[in-house]
Amino acid sequence: MRRGSFAIMNESGAGALSPQLQRLADGFRSGDPLALARCITRVENQAAGFEDLLHALHDGVGRARRTGLTGPPGAGKSTLTAVVARQLRDRGETVGIVAVDPSSPFTGGALLGDRVRMDDLATEPGIFIRSMASRGSHGGLATTTREAADLMDAFGFDHVLLETVGVGQSELEVATNADSTVVVLVPESGDGIQAMKAGLMEVADLFVVNKADRPGADRLKKEIEVVQAIRAGSPMAAAPAHHGVDLSALSGHDLDPARGHVADSADSLPSIPDWEAPVLKCVASAGEGISELVDRLDAHFSWLEETGMLGAQRQLAALEHTRRVLERAVQRQAATVWKDWIGDGGRTGAFEGSPYEIARRLAGLVGRRPGK
Amino acid sequence: MVERKIRVLVAKPGLDGHDRGAKVIAASLRDAGMEVIYTGLHQTPEKIAATALQEDVDVVALSILSGAHMTLFPRVLDLLRENGMDDVLITGGGIIPQEDVETLQALGIGRLFGPGTATGDAAKYIREWFVENRADAEA
Amino acid sequence: MSHVIDTDVPESADLQQEVERRRTELAELEAKLAEWEATSAATRQRDDTDFTTVSGQPIRALYTPLDTRDDDYLGDVGLPGDYPFTRGPYATMYRTRLWTKRMFSGFATAEETNERYKFLLARGTTGLSVAFDFPTLMGYDSDDPLSEGEVGKCGVAIASLADMETLFDGIPLDQVSVSMTINGPAIMLYCFLLAAAEKQGVPFEKVTGTIQNDILKEYQAQHAWIYPPKPALKIITDIFEWSSEKAPKFNTISISGYHIREAGATAVEELAFTLKNGFTYVEEGIARGLDVDEFAPRLSFFWDVHNDFFEEIAKFRAGRRIWARHMREIYGAKRAESWRLRTHAQTAGVTLTAQQPHNNIVRVAYQGLAAVLGGTQSLHTNAMDETLALPTEHAVRIALRTQQILAFETGIPNTIDPLAGSYFVESMTDELERQAEEIFTEIDDLGGVVAGIESGYFQAKIARSARRFQDEVEAKSRLIVGVNSFEEEDEPDIEILKIDESAGAAQHARLAELRRTRDGEAVERSLAALTEAARADRNLMPPMLDAVRCYATLGEIRDALEIVYGRFQEPVAF
Repeated sequence: MRRGSFAIMNESGAGALSPQLQRLADGFRSGDPLALARCITRVENQAAGFEDLLHALHDGVGRARRTGLTGPPGAGKSTLTAVVARQLRDRGETVGIVAVDPSSPFTGGALLGDRVRMDDLATEPGIFIRSMASRGSHGGLATTTREAADLMDAFGFDHVLLETVGVGQSELEVATNADSTVVVLVPESGDGIQAMKAGLMEVADLFVVNKADRPGADRLKKEIEVVQAIRAGSPMAAAPAHHGVDLSALSGHDLDPARGHVADSADSLPSIPDWEAPVLKCVASAGEGISELVDRLDAHFSWLEETGMLGAQRQLAALEHTRRVLERAVQRQAATVWKDWIGDGGRTGAFEGSPYEIARRLAGLVGRRPGK
Repeated sequence: MVERKIRVLVAKPGLDGHDRGAKVIAASLRDAGMEVIYTGLHQTPEKIAATALQEDVDVVALSILSGAHMTLFPRVLDLLRENGMDDVLITGGGIIPQEDVETLQALGIGRLFGPGTATGDAAKYIREWFVENRADAEA
Repeated sequence: MSHVIDTDVPESADLQQEVERRRTELAELEAKLAEWEATSAATRQRDDTDFTTVSGQPIRALYTPLDTRDDDYLGDVGLPGDYPFTRGPYATMYRTRLWTKRMFSGFATAEETNERYKFLLARGTTGLSVAFDFPTLMGYDSDDPLSEGEVGKCGVAIASLADMETLFDGIPLDQVSVSMTINGPAIMLYCFLLAAAEKQGVPFEKVTGTIQNDILKEYQAQHAWIYPPKPALKIITDIFEWSSEKAPKFNTISISGYHIREAGATAVEELAFTLKNGFTYVEEGIARGLDVDEFAPRLSFFWDVHNDFFEEIAKFRAGRRIWARHMREIYGAKRAESWRLRTHAQTAGVTLTAQQPHNNIVRVAYQGLAAVLGGTQSLHTNAMDETLALPTEHAVRIALRTQQILAFETGIPNTIDPLAGSYFVESMTDELERQAEEIFTEIDDLGGVVAGIESGYFQAKIARSARRFQDEVEAKSRLIVGVNSFEEEDEPDIEILKIDESAGAAQHARLAELRRTRDGEAVERSLAALTEAARADRNLMPPMLDAVRCYATLGEIRDALEIVYGRFQEPVAF
């Protein structure tokens, strides 16, 4: 990596792959799963030439449907991911899964246990599971997982599922980077208000109330619906019916995505229809409610396609990704400049100038250093 | 710049359910800064090999207390080699008589840790192996 | 201690005087103790220990009557055989009957184990204890691909009624009691045993023995499960219900702390989790509409005996008291048989060291002593080489002799519960009860045992305690002789038992033969009927017995029920 692929790319637009990487890319293109696994490792480690590799394989990106699954710890995301993957596989589609677990902030190590819930899929042809540690702030989790997903996409999987715990901005971004985002909650995780505080309400295209055989499931579903309605400015829409009259039937945000029109009587403009995130009840461990979830995911994807949202969303995400790759490159350059300046043993003696002056001077060198 | 993390698969093959050792070792390798993939109980050699491949681990650590080590270690070794993963360390622990340890090591299995091993020893062994064999695999 | 006896009330003036005297005495003791504490605090303490039990309970240097002043003798301690049974489940304990020396064994094929059993019976054993191999424990046939390499390794392989018939060939099942360590597939093995007895002409009501059948601790610690908790509990309740009528002499469950402790739990976790599991079975039985006094007397327990001597003794005593109190006060049991906790005990396998294995003989002896002082009803003492392999006959003999020395040479069984009244042991007993009650509340707050299993509560607690212990050993704040202290450079090898690899092939052949010669259609029909009974939520014992009589195999029966019940998914907990 220190060989500075950045500088080369700046000049010629793309780096030539080293023989070793060329072999890896060839293996990847011929469908060797070990090559896919090793490409992901290189990307995770930002090993020498990894961006060249991503560039070389970029042509295949863009065919897979990407779905993010997120929610608080203990919501049963891994189990849900596993049963969704199973259902997709059963109808003949292939699935790549990226499962993210946190790294320990103290030791940098991680215990990645999501595969325990996905045990039945371990040897299933057409399914590829990769566990990833969040690895602190290095490089940005969302960037790395996106690149891993790109690789699975380019490898030819029909779906990529990104599963991550919905705490903290970077974890959330992993899921929201996808075409569709599923927020998974459970009755015992407390009220919907907690979910709202965590920023989960804003990102959901679909809600799943998992472990819905437990007490409180209906209450949670109602709560989510009320919070959604408040956010949509129509608090009564999902309120319980009074005196036998169901108000939701009157104000009706009943969107049928298949028909592609809005049923909102107050809005006469036939503009882009809204997607209102449905709230589904599931018992992932028993496979209950999964068919409906998969149907709704299909419906959401159709909606994205029909409204042109898919292209727009992906365009935005690609733009955002480009910005991050740029920042990462600049950071890498800055690190090299800093290392040169600080010296091998560290600079302990007196130095001249204020931190601002020095930083400005060094910043001038960033981008000009070809790297080592 | 990202530090190259050591990735270890800690797996329990076979039908015995004694996972105390596997869990203690998994947690201690994590605390030693490694990324540990833990797959739970009752893993078949086929599952272990598929997981090792998808996760591209550097090390596969098996915990076997059922006496089936002479069947399971060679099976995992063969499957990994079939997958092209002949640069992976297979190590492990359990109740394994010395003469079996020697037979397995002659096949290409790494060190095997018996009861009463300090978890720090396993972490140290893996780190040293890694530095010697894998650290510059991607440079 | 206020053991005032009602029938002999002193004159009120005398009473006043007596109370005054006692108060003065305690006040004097308090003052003296304060002085002693001051001296003690100024004196150097050893730095090779932190003075906690192996479970991390802090232990004070001194216990006095002040520590037991709140105990009500009759209410809290009482007499052996009397509520709350702190001093023992039976009135006369070892004066009438010594504990049963029950040694656990089984290996390779049914045929070889049958020979071993006959050898043991010829030498005066009256009860057999069957150890199964891992495929059997998990409910897989010996020829299942998952069984490869494990058939007959850690126990005997039993895949059908035919194997069970061979196992007890020539052993009359109305005279020999059979204890079977089996949980996930307990109902299948129980039916194999009953059907084998039937073949011998022994009616069900004459069959005696025990099945472990404690599925809750499997989810928590031992992990030999098949189905999820709800159907698994239903099956256990089926066994209770059917047996209380048809096989009333059979102990239908042995609620086990052993495996919880071996997996890493502390003493109080072992105590609390196990008792709470027991209460859960009781609640299931009551919910089925069974009379608690009908099935509770058939419940028995199984404790681990670890290294910390007094803590273990207190655990046995506290366990009896807690069980009695809950059974009477909460579950409304009326019979003393329902209140009294009877237990088997085994010395802690996890304390055996591979280093200097002969030292294990000493560890086992101290642990056996603790079990006897704790008042166990039966005892298995581990052989010194069990951390290395299945035990050799030589090692097993020493383990058995250890119990005989304890029983006949030490004089310990002469008096009942000799440690009662020890300020330390009584206050430790109280403390363990208090802490167990706290854990019960914690579990209730989670929604009960099943909810706790599903959320990984037990597994995480156990894993954390295991880790704490390991850290202490590695930091040498807890010394283990031969492991992290007093090591030897050159250790002599000890003899180890090798199981030959032929059991797998032999079982394959036997099963192939069975599948070829039995009535295949009858098997299909009986399995379909079993699946149907599960769907209709009927008691599974009658259709299971039918399937077993047709020689349906363990794995086939497992599958027939899995269609309805699904399989348990392990929660991830560290």
